[in-house]
Amino acid sequence: MALMKPVRSVGIVGYGAYVPRYRLASAEIGELWTDGNAITPVKQKSVPGLDEDVATMSIEAARNALRRATGVAPDKLGAVWVGSESHPYAVKPTSTIVAEALGATPHTQAADWQFACKAGTEALQAAIGFVGSGMSDYALAIGMDAAQGRPGDALEYTAGAGGAAFLVGPAESAIAEFEGSVSYVTDTPDFWRRQHERFPEHSGRFTGEPAYFHHITSAARELLDQTGLHPADFRYAIFHQPNAKFPLKVGEDLGFTRAQIEPGLLVNEIGNTYAGSSMIGLTAVLDIAAPGDRILLVSFGSGAGSDAFSIRMKETVDHHGAPATRDYVRRSLMINYATYSRFKENYKLN
Amino acid sequence: MEVARFWRTTGQRYQLTGEVCPNCGNKIFPPRDVCPACEHEAKTPYTFSGKGEVYSYSTIHAAPEGFEKYVPYTVALVRLEEGPLITAQLTDVDTKDVKVGMPVEMVTRVLREDGERGMLVYGYKFRPVLAGPR
Repeated sequence: MALMKPVRSVGIVGYGAYVPRYRLASAEIGELWTDGNAITPVKQKSVPGLDEDVATMSIEAARNALRRATGVAPDKLGAVWVGSESHPYAVKPTSTIVAEALGATPHTQAADWQFACKAGTEALQAAIGFVGSGMSDYALAIGMDAAQGRPGDALEYTAGAGGAAFLVGPAESAIAEFEGSVSYVTDTPDFWRRQHERFPEHSGRFTGEPAYFHHITSAARELLDQTGLHPADFRYAIFHQPNAKFPLKVGEDLGFTRAQIEPGLLVNEIGNTYAGSSMIGLTAVLDIAAPGDRILLVSFGSGAGSDAFSIRMKETVDHHGAPATRDYVRRSLMINYATYSRFKENYKLN
Repeated sequence: MEVARFWRTTGQRYQLTGEVCPNCGNKIFPPRDVCPACEHEAKTPYTFSGKGEVYSYSTIHAAPEGFEKYVPYTVALVRLEEGPLITAQLTDVDTKDVKVGMPVEMVTRVLREDGERGMLVYGYKFRPVLAGPR
């Protein structure tokens, strides 16, 4: 498959992250369900407050993206796209709520995207095409989730909340340029949630080799082949982060070092933010990257597929007061399982 | 909340859009089309920065219907940096940490929901100002 690259060069004009304030320690979950015997996949995860959902978190990340995108008025956005598996409504777009709050309505394309944890990067890839074809000068692609895990299930330890927004625009005004991307998908049933079900199901260890590792390595190798690049050509590499072990292992399999992966690795502090996971890792890297640095981004979504991008840093970022991703990571208040249950609205008040 | 009333006030609740008086420059929130300072017609939209400080506050322990799950929570009078004083719920803050004069910023959050089947109502709340970039 040929490298996907638009006719017109495009890049990231602005970006923004969001993570809620609350954290739940894995040890707290393990204490409740396993007498403390659980092998915890992360240290802690982020938990949304009672008044937060994918719409509110997307709005804040998008406002941060617009702050960094000097001179781009909200009504210049040709698209507002939100990728998530936890849209607040089953029927009614999240994207119109976000577009309205940003001031992007009414002359904009709004849509919600869905592909488990890959919903954000597929919106990003589409935004590259949308701007790259000349249909619009600017498109906003968001990956955001308030993830659900069944109480006591392995996913409860990692199902976090947060994500990122990327304002895609012409390369001339971008802080980083997209050098090309590939997508690799198969029908692999490693994780799903049926209609009207509250919690997702997963196929245990099957989620590893045939799902996560196969799709990420296949997409990344295809991108490297098509661009003629090698792991050493990249300063940073970000892989989807469902737990602390997988991204380091897949990076090692591909020939990347810990030094390339760790700057974008947030899962130990905020958990798996699903559609936001690899994208918020990219924002943490953009906060520290220098002009000339090359960045590899590879997402993974169950069901299953990976999008891989090569990104070249062009400019030093002017933040215009937008908080850094690590500011959100540091802003943390530990809560206990009882408060967590309250935030999940597990108690009947009436 | 009725759908029609919700829909009519989306601009002010999502974006803090009020008005500015073309005669005396007074910034107005909520929008009312007449300047309360000089009584001149004022229909020019003006979007507030969302920055302000706590002017006064009260902590709610006995909440009205629809807000029970948030108790205890704090409702504040916030003095916007452009002048108007508005009432809003504070969020991402412990009630004991709220102080008069505390700098706050607007965020868009879920205000309430109309039961399990009704619509979600979003709008402005205020939280302590987040640290800026390094």
